[in-house]
Amino acid sequence: MTEVFIYDHVRTPRGRGKKDGSLHEVPSVRLAAKTLEALRDRNGLDTSTVDDIIMGCVDPVMDAGAVIPKAAAFEAGYSTKAPGMQISRFCASGLDAINFAAGKIAQGADDIVIAGGVESMSRVGMGMSGGSWYMDPSVNFPAYFMPQGVSADLIATKYGFTRDDVDAYAVESQKRAGAAWEAGYFKNSVIPVKDQNGLIILDRDEHMRPTTDMQSLASLNASFQMPGEMGGFEAVGIQAHPEIEKINYVHHAGNSSGIVDGAAAVLIGSKAGGESMGIKPRARIRAFANIGSDPALMLTGPVDVTEKLLKRSGMKLSDIDLFELNEAFAAVVLRYMQAFEIPHDKINVNGGAIAMGHPLGATGAMILGTVLDELERRNLNTALVTLCIGAGMGTATIIERV
Amino acid sequence: MSTYKNFTVETDADGIALVTWDMPEKSMNVFTMEVMDEIDAIVDATVADAAVKGVVFTSGKSSFSGGADLTMIKSLFSMLAEEQARDPEAAMKKLFDAAGRMSWLWRKVETNGKPWVSAINGTCMGGAFELSLACHGRVAANSKSVKIALPEVKVGIFPGAGGTQRVPRLANAQDALQMMTTGSSLTAQRAKAMGLVHQVVEPAELVNAAKQMIKDGLKPVAPWDEKGFKVPGGGVWTPAAAQLFPAAPAILRRESAGNYPGALAILKCVYEGLQLPIDTALKVEQRYFTEILRTTEAFSMIRSLFVSMQELGKGARRPTGQPKTEFKKVGVVGAGFMGASIAYVTAAAGIPVVLIDRDQEAADKGKAVSEKLVADSVGKGRLTKDEGEKLLSLITPTPDYATLADATLVVEAVFEDRTVKKAVIEQVEAVISDATIFASNTSTLPITGLAENSKRPEKFIGVHFFSPVEKMMLTEVILGEKSGDRALAMALDYVAAIKKTPIVVNDTRGFFVNRCVFRYIHEAYDMLIEGVPPAMIENAAKMAGMPVGPLSLNDEVAIDLSQKILKATVADLGPQAVDERHLALINKLVDELDRRGRKNGKGFYEYPAKPAKKYLWPELKTLYPQKKAADVDVTTLKQRFLATIALEAARTMEEGIVTDPREADVGSILGFGFAPYTGGTLSYIDGMGVKAFVALCEKLAADYGEHFAPTPLLKDMAAKGETFYGRFDPYAKGREAA
Repeated sequence: MTEVFIYDHVRTPRGRGKKDGSLHEVPSVRLAAKTLEALRDRNGLDTSTVDDIIMGCVDPVMDAGAVIPKAAAFEAGYSTKAPGMQISRFCASGLDAINFAAGKIAQGADDIVIAGGVESMSRVGMGMSGGSWYMDPSVNFPAYFMPQGVSADLIATKYGFTRDDVDAYAVESQKRAGAAWEAGYFKNSVIPVKDQNGLIILDRDEHMRPTTDMQSLASLNASFQMPGEMGGFEAVGIQAHPEIEKINYVHHAGNSSGIVDGAAAVLIGSKAGGESMGIKPRARIRAFANIGSDPALMLTGPVDVTEKLLKRSGMKLSDIDLFELNEAFAAVVLRYMQAFEIPHDKINVNGGAIAMGHPLGATGAMILGTVLDELERRNLNTALVTLCIGAGMGTATIIERV
Repeated sequence: MSTYKNFTVETDADGIALVTWDMPEKSMNVFTMEVMDEIDAIVDATVADAAVKGVVFTSGKSSFSGGADLTMIKSLFSMLAEEQARDPEAAMKKLFDAAGRMSWLWRKVETNGKPWVSAINGTCMGGAFELSLACHGRVAANSKSVKIALPEVKVGIFPGAGGTQRVPRLANAQDALQMMTTGSSLTAQRAKAMGLVHQVVEPAELVNAAKQMIKDGLKPVAPWDEKGFKVPGGGVWTPAAAQLFPAAPAILRRESAGNYPGALAILKCVYEGLQLPIDTALKVEQRYFTEILRTTEAFSMIRSLFVSMQELGKGARRPTGQPKTEFKKVGVVGAGFMGASIAYVTAAAGIPVVLIDRDQEAADKGKAVSEKLVADSVGKGRLTKDEGEKLLSLITPTPDYATLADATLVVEAVFEDRTVKKAVIEQVEAVISDATIFASNTSTLPITGLAENSKRPEKFIGVHFFSPVEKMMLTEVILGEKSGDRALAMALDYVAAIKKTPIVVNDTRGFFVNRCVFRYIHEAYDMLIEGVPPAMIENAAKMAGMPVGPLSLNDEVAIDLSQKILKATVADLGPQAVDERHLALINKLVDELDRRGRKNGKGFYEYPAKPAKKYLWPELKTLYPQKKAADVDVTTLKQRFLATIALEAARTMEEGIVTDPREADVGSILGFGFAPYTGGTLSYIDGMGVKAFVALCEKLAADYGEHFAPTPLLKDMAAKGETFYGRFDPYAKGREAA
């Protein structure tokens, strides 16, 4: 099989995903186009050689609809020879786009692929593409459908994380993200979003609150008690995990991922593809895997998929230098650390989505880029990137520097 | 125009045909095949008759209609079983057509071209309301007797004659789902507010108002047959629906653990149907209706909760040749909580009661229970003030036994103690007439033994009420060895008069209901001792379909009562008759820890001050080494609860304590809420097949103890391929007689 290499990656800053967010004025397709432009310009890419552009987008409707990567290629001025495809596996879409691209390259179908994702949550909104998973009683009943926040609280209850535990994790995420920005760890990858006149619209993650402390979080009310109790979802959780008498509601806006706008793209290729582009690979995609997991806990898929991936790749936990797990909710990461006894200083070392936000379809590509930068900065070798996924799934990828 | 057996049709000078439904020899109109054929013919006739401008459809009885005669559906089941053996595919098609018969007939009414108005004069249930929904106009009488409901879900099915399509096309989806998944009744006013009826008028004006709608030019076209029709609220792909449809199945899980396929099918019909034009939507509904009719749940629930319950209520077990009793006066001796409540339900049935206790003060205290219940009912609008006063005036509290001289029936509800009861029996028998029947409301003492204190044991019987008496629908009638037919007939007449459902049980320790209930609770003790996490025990029981977890139930009945019963069993039958680990657990809770249940605020649960909710006593986990949740199989826990109870019910049949499977089924559902979707304890066994049940029991016996060992009767039935309803056929006698 052909080896698959990562040559470059960029991301936009993450704008607050509300009407007053800085990126709200930027159409979804333009966010995606900015990343395509940057990869082309940074690498002198002949876009007629791009075999595919694969982008994750969870709600590909309205201005994100109709195969947004192909649309973005037009806006970015790419050669009409570059095709595009949009995929969704909910929150892991950005990473799955990369894995999909890697699969095509490994199989020998493609040599150069851009993979990433985009989500303008302020413009499109969550759940706007509808879906039988949560709407159709023939599906949502057997799927033990619950709002993700209730699932996160179910995880906290089942695995014994208190409000203090999740809040402390959130405070640390903010602190790490703030310090990483301060130290310029993201500067090579974050491309400022500029208008057509070159004026900056946004050049840093605007969801962050690095000064967050336990006291400020303590003032926030749990967000998911109401749907849990009034909407009947607590009963769903308990019937799936009947050893639980009552859900302990601990998650709120401050220890859950932020709703933001953003896009990311990773330049992937075979050795031959790199040679034709005339650039050096930065890392190899060593292995990847997907799995379905307990649908009620919904967000514990990273544990299951990590076990599967290590087994399939013949690797051990100790082979992994850094872990990057999307901070959908604090309890998701705490459970992962608990399950594998991973010390906090090896995971999400520069903060995560609690601080910087989670632009659904883009996040997987963003955090892969973040950990690759960090491997280089620390001169380490191997990282495992994983995300929890709606409906109970997990995606994980192992990369190693070359 | 031709004449009909169940309808009269009179066309007035305005050309409006008044179709009055009035079935001969029935107290209430119900849909039978014949009724549907006649409605079909009426549609054809009125369409053909150019003089007819429109149709008003009403009832000649005080009620409109109770809906379909479910015995009709019961006969569908046997048709399906027979046909399936011959040609499964044809059988399925036949069932599908039969399941859609009513729906397409209503659609024919809706599209006949002439306006129809339903004039709803009283209770209008199920198929009758679905017919009304297919009419172009609906007028309801402004009367308390108008109760509108689609209650099919309560017997395991759902409104399959257009109900799931027309209700959410008139009312908003949330109200529609609520109405159909709970089966609850609407008043005429509420139905109007929801958009389900057009007008509410005074009862005397009902037919005129209905005719007036036609005279005013009512269009014979349903709103959903008009171009540009929009579903109220905008349909499925709206923000409001995005709140509703994810939560709806969650609420089914919360309310009934998701055990009712009929309820879930309602959600499916509404979700899918609202995205379709009406004819296609009705076909989708028909497909789901056919599917649900094929479920064991529908079969068993219709049999137990409709057919059997009705038959038992009508006195299926009443001995023949006994004149119907008229209750001139009922004496209740013992004005404690049970006696006081029995007095209340008796007076609520319009029967004068003397409520006797040792002194006036104690008797008055008993009547105060009724005063509080009446005040609550008046407060909630269930009774008028006059009705409440009349009810209370029927209860005479007194210490004077002489007032029992002319009582038709005396119910004894004194302290559960043989000596106390003996004294009461003697005192009562000293004053009552020869015709009076003496009924003991004992819950623990065998009737035969108590009857030894009586000079007239043939007129002595047990009538076992359940607490709270005013809410619990079941009464066990206990036959002592010598109880006579007159006593049984009167006891059944009394239970019918107070509108409860009786089961007739031969004498035994714990009778039927309590024997089963204690099996349920004892299984939970076993699980606790095994180290199953307490919350898992409670949740598994509820997921199995029980209304209350066993530990919670034990707190309600009191843990020291369990202790008392266990000790009494040891005293009477020897120490081997109880599980010593159970006794050790209960002794520890009661004697060492003073945890007696809800009554002292400490039991398996903790009871913090309101509004905080009760929660499991955290230290409960420390009594036994705990298993990991992942190592406990919840399906097995659920099976253990249902199987141990069902086995006990089977034993009562084997011992001849219960003789009619209908009673074991109905008694288990009404008495302690045994997973209603199963149709009751014996239907649970028949539903999975006796052979499968025996295999389950053998497996459980190997893993969890000999109390699961299948009995000789069950093994014999399994070998012969029998069912309870086959071997103990409740209708065999009737067939022999015929």
